[in-house]
Amino acid sequence: MNFLETFRVAFEAILSNKVRSGLTMLGVIIGVMAVILLVSIGEGARTYITKELTGLGTNLLIITSGKTTTSGGFHPPAAGTVRKLTYDDSLALRRRAWLISDAVPIVFGTGKIKYENRGRDTSIIGTTNEFSRVRNLFVDSGAFISQGDVDSKAKVVVLGRRVKDELFGEESPLGKIVRVADARYRVVGVMRKKGTSLGWDIDDVVFIPVTSGQELFDTDGLFEILASTPRAEDVDRAIVQIKDLLIRRHAHKEDFTIQTQGAILETMGSILGILTAVLGGIAGISLLVGGIGIMNIMLVSVRERTREIGIRKALGARNKDIMAQFIVEAITLSGVGGVIGIFIGVSIALVIPLFVTVLPTTVSAWSIVMAFTFSVAVGVFFGVYPARKAALQDPIQALRYE
Amino acid sequence: MIELVNITKTYRMGSMDITVLTDISLNVQRGEFIAVMGPSGSGKSTLMNILGCLDRPTSGVYYFETREISTLTDDELASVRNTKIGFVFQTFNLLPRFSALKNVEVPLIYSGVPARRRQERAAPLLEKVGLKTRMQHKPTELSGGQQQRVAIARALVNNPSLLLADEPTGNLDSSSGEEILKILSELNHQGVTIILVTHDPEVAAQCNRIINVKDGRIINDQVNA
Ligand SMILES: Nc1ncnc2c1ncn2[C@@H]1O[C@H](COP(=O)(O)OP(=O)(O)OP(=O)(O)O)[C@@H](O)[C@H]1O
Ligand SMILES: [Mg+2]
Repeated sequence: MNFLETFRVAFEAILSNKVRSGLTMLGVIIGVMAVILLVSIGEGARTYITKELTGLGTNLLIITSGKTTTSGGFHPPAAGTVRKLTYDDSLALRRRAWLISDAVPIVFGTGKIKYENRGRDTSIIGTTNEFSRVRNLFVDSGAFISQGDVDSKAKVVVLGRRVKDELFGEESPLGKIVRVADARYRVVGVMRKKGTSLGWDIDDVVFIPVTSGQELFDTDGLFEILASTPRAEDVDRAIVQIKDLLIRRHAHKEDFTIQTQGAILETMGSILGILTAVLGGIAGISLLVGGIGIMNIMLVSVRERTREIGIRKALGARNKDIMAQFIVEAITLSGVGGVIGIFIGVSIALVIPLFVTVLPTTVSAWSIVMAFTFSVAVGVFFGVYPARKAALQDPIQALRYE
Repeated sequence: MIELVNITKTYRMGSMDITVLTDISLNVQRGEFIAVMGPSGSGKSTLMNILGCLDRPTSGVYYFETREISTLTDDELASVRNTKIGFVFQTFNLLPRFSALKNVEVPLIYSGVPARRRQERAAPLLEKVGLKTRMQHKPTELSGGQQQRVAIARALVNNPSLLLADEPTGNLDSSSGEEILKILSELNHQGVTIILVTHDPEVAAQCNRIINVKDGRIINDQVNA
């Protein structure tokens, strides 16, 4: 009995009981759909985050005070022994660590910014001129913080787009005086519109000179220092150089942490990879349940068609012919269910981002191939037992079966 | 063509053994037309199933065309059933979802005849049994006699050398029965060896040999004059 023939017989059997076949397939359809959907959401999140982080530059180094270790998490240094990162640290890095092109000091806080009777709570970043270049954020009008502003602790502010829109509307804010946490600041620039990245609205922020920021937040330390190397290959060597320099400046203690953008990216990627696998696995369980449904129906079908099996055997069907017939029937059920499930799953995955913008999805070829392979495998796995049961029946007993 | 030597068949029912056939020895020559008779429960169907390679004897030896059947595997038995033996059942045993034509084609599926060639072989046989106009009918759309004729066509489709019929006319009225018998004896004239089970002495009278079975033993085996 050839392959095509087996398929035809299987199809006829499936079509002869449409409702039952449909319901059996539904289990597989839902399972496959869930796999495709959840994996595409997981993959989507990963692609999105990877893209956003890569956009920040993989040559980026982030230096924070305090020591984190891979084994024990974050250990706040014992009181008194902490030396915060300082503006002078960043200056030293800029001057002496020749492998890095920038060392941008950053202080960070939140506060109210007011113009006339309008006010807004926003993020305040104190930094230097290089910030603009390192983070690829540029002014739309006016100028960014200058080195002169930093040196003279000038009370100048650059507004993020959203802050400008909220406080000034159409009016040009350049040269206007605003209040940043009750201190008077002169607006010198407005940032270009940038949008949201990783849940943070980059337009909802204001920039002031780092020195003014330290005064505003009443601190002599820094939130972090951003450094970048011109070439990606230099990252590892740059880390060593920064470490050497800072350890010497910090009384021979390594009380700071250097993270690379690449490492953060890798960690994020692997966390999201695990998440995707877990989601896929959960969906896979529903596919398994669908497979059990197939086995159940196949067992019923074998029982119902006992006589048919007897007749076919009496007319010369070998055990393997009967076996093939039922396995192919199970595979057809699961395979067709799989294809329908893939179709629905992919459709939904493609439609979701149109309505839910925070949920990016990526339909990957491997998830489709995997879902289909898995659904066919389910058919084989859950089809074998009923098929064997059918094939091993004694022809005489089968013919007698009522 | 066929030789049975000391065939017995025992069924195990719980702790009890029921012997259905005892010490059956039998010789069948090519071209014979044999009637098997005997009371209900005497083991006629059991004997036919063994002859038709559907069932294996508990002991004894069965030679079919020089091959010893008990040494064959399940697959080899299936192949013998498929190509050497045609079986006609009392209850027709047609596949209900298939048309008459498709039913006749079923044995060809398992002998590897390609799909497009099957109809060429099945259709003439249905014509021969007088069902030219009923080929596309499902079994439920046919009378008992017509169904039995489909079953005969199916039994003949692989040109078997032996045709076994277990009460082929048992479920039919006398005129349909006669038609079936006419077809069978015609086939016999063309050289097909036929063994049939019947309760009807008139049917048996048309055969050239009559075997009487009682309590699982052959009690009489005579040539019909
Ligand atoms: N699977 C089985 N298990 C136990 N006993 C069986 C089995 N099959 C048949 N028998 C017994 O074997 C005996 C012979 O049965 P068989 O069907 O061969 O009789 P028969 O001569 O064909 O009768 P009938 O004329 O009524 O068809 C019966 O007593 C029956 O109960
Ligand atoms: Mg009987």
